[in-house]
Amino acid sequence: MTAVADVAGGTGTDSTSPSADRSRPRALSHLDALESEAVHIFREVAGEFERPVILFSGGKDSIVMLHLALKAFAPAPVPFALLHVDTGHNFPEVIDYRDRVVAEHRLRLHVASVQEFIDRGELRERPDGTRNPLQTVPLLHAIETNRFDAVFGGGRRDEEKARAKERVFSLRDEFGGWDPRRQRPELWQLYNGRHAPGEHVRVFPLSNWTELDVWQYIAREKIELPAIYYAHTREVFRRDGMWLAPGEWGGPKDGEAVEVRQVRYRTVGDMSCTGAVDSDAVTIEQVIAEIAASRLTERGATRADDKLSEAAMEDRKREGYF
Amino acid sequence: MTTGTTPATTGSADVASAVAETLSATSATSLLRFATAGSVDDGKSTLVGRLLHDSKSVLADQLEAVEHASRSRGAEGPDLALLTDGLRAEREQGITIDVAYRYFATPRRRFILADTPGHVQYTRNMVTGASTAELAVILVDARNGVVEQTRRHAAVAALLRVPHVVLAVNKMDLVDYDEAVFSAIAAEFTSYAASLGVPEITAIPISALLGDNVVTPSAHTDWYSGPTVLEHLETVEVAHDPERDVARFPVQYVIRPQTAEHPDYRGYAGQIASGVLRVGQRVTVLPSGRTSTVTAIDALGRSVAAAWAPQSVTVHLADDLDVSRGDLIAPADDAPATGQDVTATVCHLHDTPLRVGQRVLLKHATRTVKAIVKEIPSRLTLDDLSPHPEPGELVANDIGRVRLRTAEPLPLDPYAVSRRTGSFLLIDPADGATLTAGMSGDAFAEAAKATRAAAKDGAEDDGWDF
Repeated sequence: MTAVADVAGGTGTDSTSPSADRSRPRALSHLDALESEAVHIFREVAGEFERPVILFSGGKDSIVMLHLALKAFAPAPVPFALLHVDTGHNFPEVIDYRDRVVAEHRLRLHVASVQEFIDRGELRERPDGTRNPLQTVPLLHAIETNRFDAVFGGGRRDEEKARAKERVFSLRDEFGGWDPRRQRPELWQLYNGRHAPGEHVRVFPLSNWTELDVWQYIAREKIELPAIYYAHTREVFRRDGMWLAPGEWGGPKDGEAVEVRQVRYRTVGDMSCTGAVDSDAVTIEQVIAEIAASRLTERGATRADDKLSEAAMEDRKREGYF
Repeated sequence: MTTGTTPATTGSADVASAVAETLSATSATSLLRFATAGSVDDGKSTLVGRLLHDSKSVLADQLEAVEHASRSRGAEGPDLALLTDGLRAEREQGITIDVAYRYFATPRRRFILADTPGHVQYTRNMVTGASTAELAVILVDARNGVVEQTRRHAAVAALLRVPHVVLAVNKMDLVDYDEAVFSAIAAEFTSYAASLGVPEITAIPISALLGDNVVTPSAHTDWYSGPTVLEHLETVEVAHDPERDVARFPVQYVIRPQTAEHPDYRGYAGQIASGVLRVGQRVTVLPSGRTSTVTAIDALGRSVAAAWAPQSVTVHLADDLDVSRGDLIAPADDAPATGQDVTATVCHLHDTPLRVGQRVLLKHATRTVKAIVKEIPSRLTLDDLSPHPEPGELVANDIGRVRLRTAEPLPLDPYAVSRRTGSFLLIDPADGATLTAGMSGDAFAEAAKATRAAAKDGAEDDGWDF
């Protein structure tokens, strides 16, 4: 069968030497176990849904998601489109990365634009200038108009305590809402994707990954990331204890002084609410070392929107945020 | 809060060694999935909080949030239970309403903890948490010993066939760290759990509140020479040898690129549910029963000679058979029997009852078929394992025996043989709700043994079967 050479990239040596070490069963490493589980989740969705889509922000979690999806269906193309919810306050490096990935893998990209909703008067800018909470409306609109029935998100249960209660397959009502009391129990690896017309399912293949797992996997698989994840010098200013990048989104304000610092980002989101951390980690090994030693969680260190209240994430998820 | 093991105020040398440890442990550490179970006031949340805290898995901003929340509730020190109670209703009512998953790591192992609520009405949540667990930690209060709820937890662990059970005898500080108290509880529990077929039981005397034997060995229990809870979690042998299991490969998805580059590629994608698949192996595809040979296995981009559970792979067969999602590939000489009559132990999960005559969907591995509930022969009282015959219906949290008739034949293994291909869900066809979790075959390991022995003798023996 010719497929052997195809999938092996021309090195089908293992199949001819059954005594090789690799053919002796042993426990999977934690990364292999997580990878295998995520691939299983992608294939379940491909088998059970009509119109799935991958939410893609250009952040490391969605990049890892896409990498896993590519592996899950190789050598066939990923049978899903991408959906980017564009806040209009993006880091240019991230948009550039997004467009390159889409072209390289010949993916289809849907863009749901917050700016367009503001221009049409269907959304109003918030006084604090952050657009992160505004993403929900364009997201739900895109899901409805494209009739997406499964929406992959890169959310991880280690990120936040409301997410710790999230299912891998999470049913959303016709308003995109999440009701923690109505969640389906999830047993074994049997995911239930049944839904009524108008409802959809959010799917989280990285549920069981931690921030460190994601970085170790990026290192192992040599996955390219947007440059802002590595230390670089950038103009920043201080607000609410975080280093924010100045931009058209409305920062800095009076009394906020811009300075040049060496920083990197632990998460990528809307520029108005994603903080940079001081860092001199320029390689992935240095990034991993920095995260392993950090005394702050990813979101605690860099996301302003989670600090709004004790249940900020839960409240946003109830409204349809992922 | 008094603790001898607050996260170190790390000097730079400590940081460097911690980093080196983490990095060296990064690529090949194993993963342990475990579940906790305990009654409301047994201190389960405190144990989980203590494990996370003392293994330095709680970061400064999380601890700060907990301290803030504890203060606003009028508590003096940080309430570690607040680390795990995440939802508004839980914080408002001070209860845990749903399974939550926690993640922590030591240099030796990574952990996924299914944190399950202890309330009686949440048996379904313990079943949910235990379904993927390789180990269950069952808490008892040293002052109360083995109570009904403890027996219920042991029974659920036995039913779900969780391979390892830890009995954590908590609040030892309140019984003066008395060895006799611990030994009596451990003996009673071990004998009960062993009678249900729980293969391995480790009893540990702890105080979750004070940190005795959770992460660090206690100075108060010099009569105890066993491991701490964390040490046991780090070292328990869970690397189960797939060679001992029969191979099962549910086909999830057929990969057919039909591109110029891959005009004839046809691969069957799926996750190996149990056992080992090898190139050259003769296999049968169920339910059609046609046989072929494995010609290649692609393990996510790498061609391999063999692959094993739980690897996600793509399998190629020599013959162009009609294989699609829902089919099961198994060794030609060891394929499961297929049939339309299913006898199983189930845990009912949904608030509307399961009734005789009800039409449902049954999801088994990658296949979903129509089914009808033919009979509910018994409902189990978990407290004393006594059966209630012909209950007519099962309500939420009930565990019972069910006979189902499926519209199509299913290759269902006994749950005792494979947790993966012996389990199924019942789904409401009207709204898609997950109704019931099912385990085919005999209920408890001892019953399975008794039934097998009886079958050999040609005699009827109900054993533990109910």
